[in-house]
Amino acid sequence: MKISSGTVRLIIPAASLAVLLAAVFYMQPRTMSYTGLNLLFNLAVPIALATIAQMLIMAVNDLDLSMGTFVSFCACVAATFLQTSPAIGILIFIGAIAVYAGIGVVIHVRELPSIVVTLGMSFVWGGLAVLMLPSPGGAAPVWARWLMTAKPPVIPMAIVASILIAAITHFIVMRSSFGVVVRGVGGNYRSVERAGWSVLRLRAATYALAGFFAVLSGIALVGLTTSADANIALRYTLLSIAGVILGGGEFVGGKVSPIGAVIGALTLTLAGSFLSFMRISPDWQIGAQGAILVVVLALRLLLNRLEKREKNR
Amino acid sequence: MITVHERQEVVAARGIRVTFGAVKALDGADLVIHSGECLGLVGHNGAGKSTIVNVINGGLTPHDGTVSYSGSDAAHGIATARANGVRCVFQELSLCPNLTVNENTRIMHTGLKGWNWRSRALKLVETQLAEVFPGHDIDCDSTVDDLSIAERQMVEIAISFAGVRERPKLVILDEPTSSLDAGLAAQLMSYIRRFVGQGGSVLLISHILGEILSTCDRVVVMKDGRVVADRTASEFSTRTLVEAMGNVVREQELHRGQDKRGSTPVLSMPPRRGRGLPFEAYRGEMIGFAGLGGHGQTQALLDLYLSRNSNWWPSRKEELAFVAGDRSLNGTFPLWSILKNLSIASLGSLSSRSLVDADREDELGAGWKKRIEIRTPDMNNRILSLSGGNQQKVLFARALATTAKTVLMDDPMRGVDVGTKQEVYDILRSEAATGRTFIWYSTEMDEIRLCDRVYVFREGAIVSELIGEEITEKNVLAASFTSGEAA
Repeated sequence: MKISSGTVRLIIPAASLAVLLAAVFYMQPRTMSYTGLNLLFNLAVPIALATIAQMLIMAVNDLDLSMGTFVSFCACVAATFLQTSPAIGILIFIGAIAVYAGIGVVIHVRELPSIVVTLGMSFVWGGLAVLMLPSPGGAAPVWARWLMTAKPPVIPMAIVASILIAAITHFIVMRSSFGVVVRGVGGNYRSVERAGWSVLRLRAATYALAGFFAVLSGIALVGLTTSADANIALRYTLLSIAGVILGGGEFVGGKVSPIGAVIGALTLTLAGSFLSFMRISPDWQIGAQGAILVVVLALRLLLNRLEKREKNR
Repeated sequence: MITVHERQEVVAARGIRVTFGAVKALDGADLVIHSGECLGLVGHNGAGKSTIVNVINGGLTPHDGTVSYSGSDAAHGIATARANGVRCVFQELSLCPNLTVNENTRIMHTGLKGWNWRSRALKLVETQLAEVFPGHDIDCDSTVDDLSIAERQMVEIAISFAGVRERPKLVILDEPTSSLDAGLAAQLMSYIRRFVGQGGSVLLISHILGEILSTCDRVVVMKDGRVVADRTASEFSTRTLVEAMGNVVREQELHRGQDKRGSTPVLSMPPRRGRGLPFEAYRGEMIGFAGLGGHGQTQALLDLYLSRNSNWWPSRKEELAFVAGDRSLNGTFPLWSILKNLSIASLGSLSSRSLVDADREDELGAGWKKRIEIRTPDMNNRILSLSGGNQQKVLFARALATTAKTVLMDDPMRGVDVGTKQEVYDILRSEAATGRTFIWYSTEMDEIRLCDRVYVFREGAIVSELIGEEITEKNVLAASFTSGEAA
């Protein structure tokens, strides 16, 4: 049976997650339980959502450097307005998603580099977040808290949520017509344009959808942490990019994989715990996390090369 | 073939003027296409063929003149053109490489809405592929990336001819056979005849005049942004067609020199994949790589290149130069000027103390501009301001300007017009006379015939070697198809 290149793309991320998980189980057998798994992975849920958002942007050959500050902003809204007066909170979120669509329009119409525009926006979101919550505080909406701490039977919530996110986004991005056209924009926008689609509208829709997932990420984060802070998710910018790449995505060419992105987010979260279990001092953890990334990406290059050689045979 | 009843105008472009800056791309061109006819469009590179195609498919708004679809000129644009059944296969492949064949079909056919579009798209493209290219073995569930360049072209052609609810009225094919081998090209031409017989129309642009003359009902010749001849195909012969384009037909003088094989080859390679013949090249030889498209010729060129030049640490000595075939993929630097694109390979010899000597660079540019006649007012213009053929000339000049003794060429004449080709052939001959070795992969028989020696490839290995007078179309085809005894 012939394996599609998309499946090959998923082998390395899935294998690296399995290896890492096996190593964690070996070092700390107590994690091999309902509670253990939930604790290992529950912080992965907001990261996975942010990674999906980043992946959507990367599917149209752009990059969002404001992801971290935007998720922080959303977390602050969730911990303040959404909790005290839900209607206003929802309105703010809708506005924020509209702004994301607007960013897509501006980037497309003015042919601006997305990195510059989103870097600028990151200061806007950061500033708004500080205005709302100058000091850490706020409280999670009850339903968000309930959702993130729910205890479904047999499989812990963190795993259920990850699978759900992967399944839904796989459907949207890989199976639906909308997803196909969005990835087409990343692959060759001119041919999409020639076929009569409005690339402007597609970009705006993609950005809006990315904004939506980032909003979900903020709410999920507050559901876990119960309060928010203006700098709560700053590292999500780079984590989300790393997650997409780790999961088999590429910076250009519309080659993305939602399942891979969720796996990438889980791997990154697990890498942190793994290094703690190894008793590596926090000073070295960032470097060690980088080393894990390098190893996984090297494996992927190797696999790509093998695949190419196979093809030429 | 001649229909008596009044034929409808599918698309009519009249008095079209388009200017890009100071360059007049179209200067009052008329092009009318009727239903049930195959119209051939020929002309030099830069004659305005691609521009008028872009006007017809709605991608470009003319500065003057009218475009009407089925008699109405109310609206213009990509959407209008598509709504009127105009489809276009572009010269540069325009599929999305990251998507599968059926997903690409979905993008091109906005009518494939709703649930279950995947299987409908699959069925649509598979039926159409089987109809145009019977006996193909393309898996329509695979990603376009995984297909060879010929297969991509086949898919793109099939997608354009397919129709969800109604068939397209006009299909524009811009150099559709540039990456197809003779067998596939013949299948396409006979399909075009069937499609036209059913009342569709085709606008065929090709540099292979034989195709034009055998397939088209009517031929339009363009030159300098104008239509200079518009007659039925039977009134043309290859010679008159070339004359109409403004070329002087030159009988190909095949004056082959004596055998140049000396004692030590400049480049050699053991039999590929452990079978077939070994490869050897001697000083001053012109060696052809022939065979059907995509049978390992490009890979052989790359291996030859890497055998002298490490992948990790490029050597400073320039022994080999490479002329890429796919201009946009690995040929030009699209943001750079013509001069920079030309001089990039010889910067080492142009610089003193690691700084590029601008005067010497200009001198080099001016010299090559004159020698190969790059048609531009200023070498500092962007490379993309040139037509495709002229871009290719710059790439040739880039390789020839180096001190490299051996030049590898990966089907570089794809989609280049006859006049430019002749000019390049002359340059190649004179360069070979000075002792340069050329290794040339080409899908065109005329070019293969220019070579001193030809290696025929099949399934990744060299199956036959033809020398001098043995190089005929018949021999090359025979070697490409027979199951090699040498294996």
